[in-house]
Amino acid sequence: MKEKKILLILIAVFLAAYFIPFSKAGVQNALMEAFLLLQEYARQHVIFCLVPAFFIAGAISVFVSQASVMKYFGPKANKFLSYSVASISGTILAVCSCTVLPLFAGIYTRGAGIGPATAFLYSGPAINVLAIIMTAKVLGYKLGLARALGAIAFSVIIGLIMNAIFGRKRNKELEENGFDAGTTVPETRPLWKTALYFAAMVGILVIINWSKGDPSITAWSFIYRIKWYIGGALGLALAWMLVKWFTKTELKEWTFSTWIFAKQIFPLLLGGVLVSGFLLGRPGHEGIIPSRWIAGLVGGNSLWANLFSSVSGAFMYFATLTEVPILQGLLGSGMGQGPALALLLAGPALSLPSMLVIGKIMGTRKTLVYILLVVIMATLTGLIYGAIVQ
Amino acid sequence: MEIRILGPGCPRCGEVEKRTMNALIELNVAADIQKVSDIKKIMEYKIMATPGLAINEKVKCSGRIPSPEEIKKWIREEL
Repeated sequence: MKEKKILLILIAVFLAAYFIPFSKAGVQNALMEAFLLLQEYARQHVIFCLVPAFFIAGAISVFVSQASVMKYFGPKANKFLSYSVASISGTILAVCSCTVLPLFAGIYTRGAGIGPATAFLYSGPAINVLAIIMTAKVLGYKLGLARALGAIAFSVIIGLIMNAIFGRKRNKELEENGFDAGTTVPETRPLWKTALYFAAMVGILVIINWSKGDPSITAWSFIYRIKWYIGGALGLALAWMLVKWFTKTELKEWTFSTWIFAKQIFPLLLGGVLVSGFLLGRPGHEGIIPSRWIAGLVGGNSLWANLFSSVSGAFMYFATLTEVPILQGLLGSGMGQGPALALLLAGPALSLPSMLVIGKIMGTRKTLVYILLVVIMATLTGLIYGAIVQ
Repeated sequence: MEIRILGPGCPRCGEVEKRTMNALIELNVAADIQKVSDIKKIMEYKIMATPGLAINEKVKCSGRIPSPEEIKKWIREEL
């Protein structure tokens, strides 16, 4: 199988090299846009945003116990807790996007109610901590916040609807079997220490990215002027915590986990940036695809624009974080804010391959209902958000 | 000894596999190691999250990358 893949790649590269009209000005321009966008990312987003985000992601995957979160997913757990935990647990449990489907399979077969399980299935990729951070940084805090809130709200709503439709039969089967959340690794650190540690890292991330903002808002500008002092202080606090509360092995595991994420995700992001730059150009510039087409298809805030966005998002596969440069390109080429949010909510959560896997786990009927719910909610939320920000 | 690494193929599962092989070499133990990537087969092991490590059909660890010492301990348990 691997040899065939290599052959196909070689053929594809050859055909591209042979046929792409590199002498045309439009193509040359698009290529420049790809690299200019890449430079923009390298200069503006990597050091202060992406790197701290990787460290946070690494910390979550090493220091946060999954089982302590999972015990809220059983059918007997308090409903309100179940759904709230399921909807935000994606941040904690699914830092690596590849874990989402096996995790969903695990909690589904282990006896989680279908409501919390699908809430998690949706929220996992949708509020991936790296993605929210990058969305806020690159596409703006409004869209980042809308994405996070939308994803959380959605996952609860989708979970509740799935439970309403499919819940009764399933919960009866589960009452017999009970729910096993897995074994907990003994905590080597009280919760408040872990919380402070994360607060310090998130604080550093937020403060070093504090933008100039509107000079007339005095509180904001004040913070901006002393941001490096605040950052430095938080950095010292973090260093003290690391020395006092963590063993050398733990720190090694943390850096190692961070490195695994960086190795896996950074190349994908750069690839996504190059592709987005080539196809759509930087905001305010043209890529290979004329802006008119984008503005025509998904500009403004019509029902069609939002629907088209969510459906394409549902089927398209977005490698982790690649939705950020692609959306940046689309927004720069004329996509409306509403359809952009629709794409953010439907895109990362679903793709054609993942639909097939979910089908194998839940069965075709539940999967189709799930997909339909995602598309409808993404469209609606896009419409509402687009109307609000207009 | 039969060892199964459960995971869809992301680098974390690869790391579990690497650590397991190193552990086997250090302990001088022979085992049949296989990677299980098919989601239905992974579900049969009833683990919560990948990566997962099973020795002689007993799940020793799931949802995290175990340390080399832990892996050696589990291998010794199953000798």
